[in-house]
Amino acid sequence: MVGAAVSGRDRVLARVRAALGPDRGGAAGVPRDYRRGLGAERADVVALFTERVADLRVPVRHVGADELGTAVAAALWGREAKRIAVPAGLPYGWLADLDGVRALADVPPLDDAALAALDAVVTGCAAAVAETGAVVLDGGRGQGRRALARAPAHHLCVVHADQIAGTVPEALARLDPRRPLTWLGGTPGLEVLVVDQRLC
Amino acid sequence: MSGAVPPAGTPPPPPPPPPRFADAAREALADPSVRRGLREATSAARAGAAGAVADSADWEELRAAGAAVRDRTLLDLDRYLEELEGAVVEAGGTVHWAVSAADAVRVVAGLVRAQGESGAAVADAPVLREIGLAGGLAAAGIAVLDAGAAAAVAVTGVDFMVAETGALVRSGGDAAPAPSAALVAVAGLEQAVPAWRDLEVFLQLLPRASGAGRTAARTVVWSGPVAGDGPAACHLVLVDNGRTRALADPVGRTALRCIGCEACLNVCPVYERTGPAAYGPGGAGPIGAVRVPLQRGVRGAHAASLPFASTLCGACADVCPVKIDLPGLLVHLRGEVVEARRDRPVPAPELAAMRAAAWTLAEPRRYEAALRRGARWGRLLARGGRIGRLPGRLGKWSDARDLPAPPAQSFRAWWGRR
Repeated sequence: MVGAAVSGRDRVLARVRAALGPDRGGAAGVPRDYRRGLGAERADVVALFTERVADLRVPVRHVGADELGTAVAAALWGREAKRIAVPAGLPYGWLADLDGVRALADVPPLDDAALAALDAVVTGCAAAVAETGAVVLDGGRGQGRRALARAPAHHLCVVHADQIAGTVPEALARLDPRRPLTWLGGTPGLEVLVVDQRLC
Repeated sequence: MSGAVPPAGTPPPPPPPPPRFADAAREALADPSVRRGLREATSAARAGAAGAVADSADWEELRAAGAAVRDRTLLDLDRYLEELEGAVVEAGGTVHWAVSAADAVRVVAGLVRAQGESGAAVADAPVLREIGLAGGLAAAGIAVLDAGAAAAVAVTGVDFMVAETGALVRSGGDAAPAPSAALVAVAGLEQAVPAWRDLEVFLQLLPRASGAGRTAARTVVWSGPVAGDGPAACHLVLVDNGRTRALADPVGRTALRCIGCEACLNVCPVYERTGPAAYGPGGAGPIGAVRVPLQRGVRGAHAASLPFASTLCGACADVCPVKIDLPGLLVHLRGEVVEARRDRPVPAPELAAMRAAAWTLAEPRRYEAALRRGARWGRLLARGGRIGRLPGRLGKWSDARDLPAPPAQSFRAWWGRR
């Protein structure tokens, strides 16, 4: 298998070189005149994000940091969620007000049967994009593995206001390309809670 | 792969060559319900894309950047592919290279078997359709499961590969593949982009042009295996399958800028009526009509028919997010088809007609005689000042057209008498 792979590599690269011939390289520079930022105030960025998330038909609410526990409990109650999973590292306070909900930690990882029986998951995120309404998970603290966000019918994602980037270029600059990234847009079952410090 | 080849792995006989576009399109055109469905689907996608494009404040700047990044990548493709290979390997992945579609299917089948599996979840992606993966795996005795199925091995297409970091990006609405043991990503050579930063252009262009909106429902980035999260092995299969043939054509290589958004399909008046099947498996719509002959050559009747499957209205070039001059490429390829047929012992009817016209127009005397004769025949065929039907094979052309009868006296004859 190694032999076949190596010769395939050499053949393909030789074909590419033959195809390019003497024309290779020498392409003009890339004009990057597109917008990098919104040039907006922080409050406008948060307001735009909320508007754009709603445009994706994803339910979205603004809460102050001290109301988050109540808001999480209310969102889960609204979906009649009884069994939820939470990733490692999710702040305990987010789940402090749960009542009648069984929260399973994904440590050690839940098996497929357990994942299939979930009503919801609660996660944080790595970044969000105001202009498009996307939230990005990178498997870091409070976000969990990819299988978690894919499993249940309801995914409650908590976004802190300072995690919201204005544009796609700004968001990409914040993200680590080596992490397992998932960008969620109008994904069915997604719900977003925006935590705004100034609402405290 | 070189060792134990199971009996089910014997290659099937090569499929018959696909029919010419005009013949294949007849079936779709005859079914009004197919046409209605296509019209609704394409107009919905068109409206979605138009809205998302109008919403972008800097669409033209993004298009210019996208086209330039693609051109730069293509003109240094070998260097970027080697850089990509290094980055994927460093991230813990494995890279495989396939010259042909059959090679690619063989590599994927080998990877599935190497996991000890007899089935794999297979996503829908243009490159997988192009290489006939589902059929090829089935012929090799491997069960093809639904993309969302829980499987040890999943095969997917990717939209972009970042040479700098080895990240593989799949952007799309359907369920992302979630294999437990191995991910097999298949990509065309041209899908490499140099740097992570370049995604800031393409992750804006692709969802908007494809009609998904400002952002795709789900975009997944794989950078090698991650402990405790997803498959333990990541494979990348790089497919040539004629891309280097297109790359060798300095005009045609611009078609490899394509990011697979399918915006050109949804605005194409020909595609809106015929649907994808008539174009064959290599790609549909204007981009398919360009890429199939560029990648396969124009010797085959099917590939040679595709550049003519267009009215050259230019709508595709207007919507292309990487500014591919599709009508220009179609005309370029029509020229290639005519060139390729010039040396046939029996000339094609168009070529015979063109040669006759060239001979007639070369001499004023011949032209005048032809004009007189043509006017006489034309008036003989006309009914009520219109020609409704031309005789013989020309009748096909006049089926949907009426011609005015030629006047009794040509301008030339009138001028000559003054």
